[in-house]
Amino acid sequence: MKICGPKLSLCCTLLSVWGIVQLALMGLFFAIRSPAFIEDLSIPEEAHHDARTFLDAMDDSYSLIAKNCGIAAALYAVTLVISGWQVWVNNKS
Amino acid sequence: MGSLFRSEEMALCQLFLQSESAYTCVSELGELGLVQFRDLNPDVNAFQRKFVNEVRRCDEMERKLRYLEREIRKDGIPVLDTGENPEAPMPREMIDLEATFEKLENELKEVNSNAEALKRNYLELTELKHILKKTQAFFDEREGSLEAGGQTSLTQNLLPEDSKGPIQLGFVAGVILRERIPAFERMLWRACRGNVFLRQAIIEDPLEDPVTGEQVYKSVFIIFFQGDQLKMRVKKICEGFRATMYPCPEAPADRREMAMGVKTRLDDLNTVLSQTQDHRHRVLVSAARNIRAWMMKVWKIKSIYYTLNMFNLDVIQNGLIAECWIPVANLEDVQLALRRGTEKSGSLPAILNRLNTVEAPPTFHRTNKFTKAFQALIDSYGVATYREINPAPYTIITFPFLFAVMFGDLGHGIIMALFGAWMVWREKPLSAKKTDNEIWNIFFGGRYIILLMGLFSMYTGFIYNDVFSKALNIFGSAWHVRSYNESTIMSNKELTLNPGDVQQYDQYPYPFGLDPMWQISSNKINYYNSYKMKISIIFGIIHMLFGVILSVWNYKFFNKQISIYCEFIPQILFLSCLFVYLVLLVFHKWVWYGAGGDVSVSPSCAPSILITFINMVLMKGYENRPDDDCSPYMYAGQFGFQRFLVVVAVICVPWMLFAKPFLIHRNNKRKQMMVQANGGEGVVEEGGETSTVPHEEHDMSEIMIHQGIHTIEYVLGSVSHTASYLRLWALSLAHAQLSEVLWSMVLSIGLTSGSDGGGGGVVMYFIFAAWASLTIAILVLMEGLSAFLHTLRLHWVEFQSKFYSGSGYAFVPFAFETILDQAENAIVET
Repeated sequence: MKICGPKLSLCCTLLSVWGIVQLALMGLFFAIRSPAFIEDLSIPEEAHHDARTFLDAMDDSYSLIAKNCGIAAALYAVTLVISGWQVWVNNKS
Repeated sequence: MGSLFRSEEMALCQLFLQSESAYTCVSELGELGLVQFRDLNPDVNAFQRKFVNEVRRCDEMERKLRYLEREIRKDGIPVLDTGENPEAPMPREMIDLEATFEKLENELKEVNSNAEALKRNYLELTELKHILKKTQAFFDEREGSLEAGGQTSLTQNLLPEDSKGPIQLGFVAGVILRERIPAFERMLWRACRGNVFLRQAIIEDPLEDPVTGEQVYKSVFIIFFQGDQLKMRVKKICEGFRATMYPCPEAPADRREMAMGVKTRLDDLNTVLSQTQDHRHRVLVSAARNIRAWMMKVWKIKSIYYTLNMFNLDVIQNGLIAECWIPVANLEDVQLALRRGTEKSGSLPAILNRLNTVEAPPTFHRTNKFTKAFQALIDSYGVATYREINPAPYTIITFPFLFAVMFGDLGHGIIMALFGAWMVWREKPLSAKKTDNEIWNIFFGGRYIILLMGLFSMYTGFIYNDVFSKALNIFGSAWHVRSYNESTIMSNKELTLNPGDVQQYDQYPYPFGLDPMWQISSNKINYYNSYKMKISIIFGIIHMLFGVILSVWNYKFFNKQISIYCEFIPQILFLSCLFVYLVLLVFHKWVWYGAGGDVSVSPSCAPSILITFINMVLMKGYENRPDDDCSPYMYAGQFGFQRFLVVVAVICVPWMLFAKPFLIHRNNKRKQMMVQANGGEGVVEEGGETSTVPHEEHDMSEIMIHQGIHTIEYVLGSVSHTASYLRLWALSLAHAQLSEVLWSMVLSIGLTSGSDGGGGGVVMYFIFAAWASLTIAILVLMEGLSAFLHTLRLHWVEFQSKFYSGSGYAFVPFAFETILDQAENAIVET
């Protein structure tokens, strides 16, 4: 069954390969609390006054983003399966 | 073997060919593709040449083949490309080929005209069939009243009951293009003042126009009127609107009979038509099998005769004389090819004669698929002068490197390298696929450059420690924040790490590239700017110095000893005294000053190199204040040494400007003296002397002007070119900042949005796609293009101006390969 053309399916395949690699790595780095991503965390304003709450908020943000990256990587895995199948369909016809 | 350092040695040769063997010899040389023929009759126009008739015959054959190919393509028959390369056929085979093509063309034309006639016939019959069917409906509308009315005429039924009399209505039926109907109707109404009655019905299926082959929609119409005058008028209007009218019998029985007749004729026509189509298909399929080979043969014959037209006729010996450039290394191959050619035709051997010439030979660099693209970069600036040093071999490394200094990002480098590697890996299938997509052809032609640029960018990305604006901490940062307690952190907005403190800095740097700690520090840009600015100046000076040194090999090769002493030495002295010294100062500052030592070498004491350099050129000294531990000088005796360097550099300018013209002038004078001394008694010499003196003066002023321009260009150039290398810093800064902005403005949104639910992941999914496409479009494509252009400029202007004149012309050998390629591309484009 053909859903999209050869160019679109190829583009989606490449994008999802890239997405899986990068998002999985980023998820891993967030999970191990990489300080390089410290500016990408979302820490609420009120957590800034106390060191303990600040560290907790930071920790929460790290794990939340790691989870989100994992979900996005999984979504790209689904995209890869669909677009890869479409590439195969397009090649066959 | 040929080297890329200098172009190949070329020889101008004269070729005596027997008229019987000339054709086969040229054919062999075309297969070889190493000979560039010179046009020996440039004044003769194309129609007065010897083989104009043959060229014209080839043109005619080409036209027939192109007609055949068009027909083949129209029918959608695949053309077989076996990749075989047939040899140029002998001249006598040309007649056979011509006959074959003639026959094929005639056959095809006949079939086509037959098919067209048949189709027209078919169209008429279908239209008639539709008319009979549709008009039946018009008449049938009144069928009921006909039954009641009895024997009255058909047409009378249309008239209202009360006005029925002896009047007979006439009618015309026909077919017209559907879009013309409204105009047609209005015209009829106006011209006949409303006295006609028009009925129409749509023909649902499109009909094929026999001439253009397009599908057109038509309508059936029938017009009722009264009287002959109206009939004339209606017919005129119908003709004017290009409606086709068909006779339609009044009586229903006649109509039925006619419809039957039409139907049988249509069936017959259908069988005939399909047979014609079959025949056409058969002819085309058999032609499609051979058309590639035929095309190649014709192109080859044509190019051979075209080349033969450039030769001189030797009337006495019944031969042809050609002049051609041949690479000296390939003289043997050419001899062999000529022998093969004469053996084929079985006549006397051809004679190859090397000529001496003062003319500048063409420049020929033997390249392979890897070096070709780099050579093309150089050639698009200017083809090297014959046997001049070719910058291409150095460009292979410096080009991707300088590009990567500007494009330094590991992530973007990986993307570019993967694209390049894919093109290199799929080289054969991709190059077999011929397209006229110009952008793709540029990318594919430069695949090795792209691959190297990507790999070098990965390397500089490692050095800059930059992956999509994030740093990698592979070996462990050398900076630490061990000694801070909670109150220090809570009470300070910013904290400075002290490199002198063992607690905060390991006292040895990060092993490879920049320390990842810089990525999250707030003074990152200050640090990067200082570092990148310095390395761009260092690379630039090394690059230019290398260019100046290369010029020695040119002077040596062309035997210009005078230029070594009067140009190269002052040039290199000037550059070293000012700019190489600047580079040394940079290294000195890097090594000498740092934290943790004496006060006089502490970072706060380090003088600004820019200010030092400006003061050096202005010869300004500093006062040494006794109460200050910091010295404004970087080493002892700096002031005196710098003054010495500036004086040397200044002396170099008049040296460059005057030394060479003076030496040339003195040499000329000496020569003149010798002439005068030898021929003083002769009367003839006087005339010669007076004519040479003004000539010399003119020469001298020209040399002086040339030298002046050259000197000014070099002196000002070394300043402005050094500054020009700062683009390495500027572009690299811009690239790093753009990728950081893209991360924080786009990808960060995806990272920070979303609460505990799974929504954040879905947002991330879409934001990542947006970020990825922006990365490709802006950072890889646009920034890559801009970095490429700046690199190109650095090579063309800053590097090549030091040694490269680029005033030669390229060697264009007569080769079937290139001719066939061009011809095929021309076909793809049409």
